[in-house]
Amino acid sequence: MLMTVNQATATSVGSAVVEARKLGLTFQTNDGPVRALSDVNLTINKGEFVSFIGPSGCGKTTFLRVIADLEQPTEGTISINGMTPEQARQARAYGYVFQAAALFPWRTIESNVGLPLEIIGLSKAEQQERIKRTMDLVNLTGFEKKYPWQLSGGMQQRASIARALAFDADLLLMDEPFGALDEIVRDHLNEQLLRLWRQTNKTICFVTHSIPEAVYLSTRIVVMSPRPGRVTDVIESTLPTERPLDIRESPEFLAIAARVRDGLRAGHSYED
Amino acid sequence: MMNSKPSWQVLLALVLCTIAMATMPMLASEATAPMSNGTTTLVIGLIALSGVASFAMFSGLASAAVLFVGAHGAAWLLISGISGNEGTARMPYFLLLAAAWLLAWRCVAVLSAIRPVSKQVRTFLRLLIPAIFGAWILIIWEAVTRGAGVPFILLPPPSAIAARIGNSLPILLADVRQTIFKAVLFGYIVGCASGFIVAILADRVPFLRRGLLPIGNMVSALPIIGVAPIMVIWFGFEWQSKAAVVIIMTFFPMLVNTVAGLTASGHMERDLMRTYASNYWQTLFKLRLPATAPFIFNALKINSTLALIGAIVAEFFGTPIVGMGFRISTEIGRMNVDMVWAEIAVAALAGSVFYGVVALIERATTFWHPSVRGGRA
Amino acid sequence: MDRLRDRVFPVIAILLVIVAAWYAFAVYMNAPFQRDLDRRAGLTPGTVEFIGKTLSQPKPTMPAPHQVAQNFFENTFLRKVTSARSLVYHSWVTLSSTLLGFTFGTALGILIAVGIVHVIALDRSLMPWIIASQTIPILAVAPMIIVVLAAIGITGLIPKALISTYLSFFPVAVGMVKGLRSPDLMHLDLMHTYNASASQTFWKLRVPASVPFLFASMKVAVAASLVGAIVGELPTGAVAGIGAKLLAGSYYSQTIEMWAALVAGSVVAALLVVLVGFVGRVVERSMGGRPA
Repeated sequence: MLMTVNQATATSVGSAVVEARKLGLTFQTNDGPVRALSDVNLTINKGEFVSFIGPSGCGKTTFLRVIADLEQPTEGTISINGMTPEQARQARAYGYVFQAAALFPWRTIESNVGLPLEIIGLSKAEQQERIKRTMDLVNLTGFEKKYPWQLSGGMQQRASIARALAFDADLLLMDEPFGALDEIVRDHLNEQLLRLWRQTNKTICFVTHSIPEAVYLSTRIVVMSPRPGRVTDVIESTLPTERPLDIRESPEFLAIAARVRDGLRAGHSYED
Repeated sequence: MMNSKPSWQVLLALVLCTIAMATMPMLASEATAPMSNGTTTLVIGLIALSGVASFAMFSGLASAAVLFVGAHGAAWLLISGISGNEGTARMPYFLLLAAAWLLAWRCVAVLSAIRPVSKQVRTFLRLLIPAIFGAWILIIWEAVTRGAGVPFILLPPPSAIAARIGNSLPILLADVRQTIFKAVLFGYIVGCASGFIVAILADRVPFLRRGLLPIGNMVSALPIIGVAPIMVIWFGFEWQSKAAVVIIMTFFPMLVNTVAGLTASGHMERDLMRTYASNYWQTLFKLRLPATAPFIFNALKINSTLALIGAIVAEFFGTPIVGMGFRISTEIGRMNVDMVWAEIAVAALAGSVFYGVVALIERATTFWHPSVRGGRA
Repeated sequence: MDRLRDRVFPVIAILLVIVAAWYAFAVYMNAPFQRDLDRRAGLTPGTVEFIGKTLSQPKPTMPAPHQVAQNFFENTFLRKVTSARSLVYHSWVTLSSTLLGFTFGTALGILIAVGIVHVIALDRSLMPWIIASQTIPILAVAPMIIVVLAAIGITGLIPKALISTYLSFFPVAVGMVKGLRSPDLMHLDLMHTYNASASQTFWKLRVPASVPFLFASMKVAVAASLVGAIVGELPTGAVAGIGAKLLAGSYYSQTIEMWAALVAGSVVAALLVVLVGFVGRVVERSMGGRPA
């Protein structure tokens, strides 16, 4: 099984993009220390689409935030493209998509997408060119001059993906980006995201709590479990790169989903 | 339909008309130019007819229109009938005034119940209803002060105040120039700007913020206006001392609001800026200041009123011979109450215009904020 | 311990800086007059002696903190409270009209708010005026109210209380309307499904929901009441009260007295606001509010 996966993605899999060794993170709270992450060992290679799934409090979002240098680990090491998270952030090595679109309401869609470009300090012409390209990529052409509140939730989230893609980082970190959307919109965006991933050949880390979403999108699924947050299973997907929506009824898809569900359950029984 | 049912306001108005008819005449016998029977009949007829007619109307708008005409026509007749006969009004006069007012109340109630579809009509009604209310305060004020002959120094009728404004425009303008265009504007700009700058400093230095914020919050509850006599001692009688008071009064609201606003931008947005490795100033100008704008405008609006109060009250403590506060305090000493009212009317107008300008700028710059665009977050 | 380090220490540090700046400013402000005095007396004092003198003038341009503190202490704690020089006496005069006005203003504000929330005609006609009146400097009418009422024989407590009423009424009315309207649609719909009457909805939903708003606006109102009472003491040369003390001080350039009166006014204001805040917290807690 592993062989087929590697063959299916052989063209894109390259060197390690994220490499975590014995990673741990303990928060100091008023109720005492909380171990959000414990002994996480994980390598994410170039061109992979990795989903992190688990119940709330399992540390999946925390792990993403550690990659993004939004949290600092208290144990172990992590490197992004061979750099520390801090250096990677300074080098603008990744784009981050949050749970909500987090667009600035006082900026139009195009100037929201252009925000990171302004901060990096690109020329006006370059900014325009990239805005146009990424807006195209997420099918938002024609909405450049609109304000965020004039768009639907799904379109807002697409704009925030465009913003994360705008400066062309190889790594895309997505923290439950479609969690607040209804299922129909979500299916549609999942399809688009897959297309985008194939087109751009980026590495994507995707946090979700939906099993079908994780199985549908990923080349690899990392199952996590809480108290302390840790990786309990890593499942390689056997699905082909080309995935129409109805692949979700295929036996292969259901088998992977069942394995993910077992992994989640195992994590829980361990606790009780 | 609710407006075709008899309403208690109209019924009470009809009762009042009946009592008025039984207790005629309207003016005491010593009145120099007594109202003719025709006028009296016209007033009663207008009130009674429009009241009854309002029941018969099918649409609320028509009913309100009839009431509007009846109430204001009667009021007009009553007020014009009293001129030359100030202080001679008897009970029927006040009963009829009350009856006309009840009709106007009914008119407002009917108008308030209307739910127009078109946006223009809605805006029109939103302005018309409070306008009727305001007009009736003036009507009752005018009719009662003149009808009952309230002593001029106690409460002059609005018409006398309006006449005084018309006659004293140059003085009023000079006062406005002295108080508003010198003291208020200068103090407002300097006070708001320095409050803003200190807020940015406090944001940069957390220690400063933790120390200044509780102090700022407490100071805004203190009677800062009390520093006015001290400022007059320091900076003399000219407008500089008033500007100093305004600066002190406007500084703290701006400081407190801006500091509060700077912490208001969402965590997600700030994390976003962090993922871009954006530096302090980039985050400040691209995220935090725009997010703070509603707070800053809140302070600017609060300060627009505070600045006027500060300058006017500071002038009570000593000024050259010009200025709104100076005029109020000296004219009241001479019992020229109409001039004081005129000055207060100008102050009210200036305050509303000042506030209105700030509010317009706010609408233009924070168009995106839910409170301005009237939507959800 | 953390609380002490993070909250109290910065405030004390900033206060110390303010006091130090005040001393420096006092020296700077009083120096010209002192130099003048010394020149006339033919004295050439050393720097330390000179600074000491600037900080102990009887009628300084800017009194030093210790002068104000000493005056405040003497006139607050060492005098009989009935003495005309006692700050407690003057504060009480101002406080009594503040409290009277504040009580009436709050009651009136609540009453109007209830009317506005329930009678749509009032909402449409009166509410815009209440909001608009916040933009005008209503304090300017204070002298006129005092003088006009004095002309018809009403003096003393009532006219000042009237100004306080007037000033405290607006914030309470506005805050209370906001509070009574604060229950969200879901809660109102819930009451609707119970077929609750208007008065049931009012007492069981609107009133509890409005309590935080009421106390927040009462804090603003009580501060405004005090300002109203102080300004109400200015125009007629009232003999007692903090405002009268300020005015007398400005006539005779008794700057130390003025500052002490200002401190007294600030203490009264702070006490009032803290008291309202405390009552608010107690009431909210007794109604099951989450302690902040």
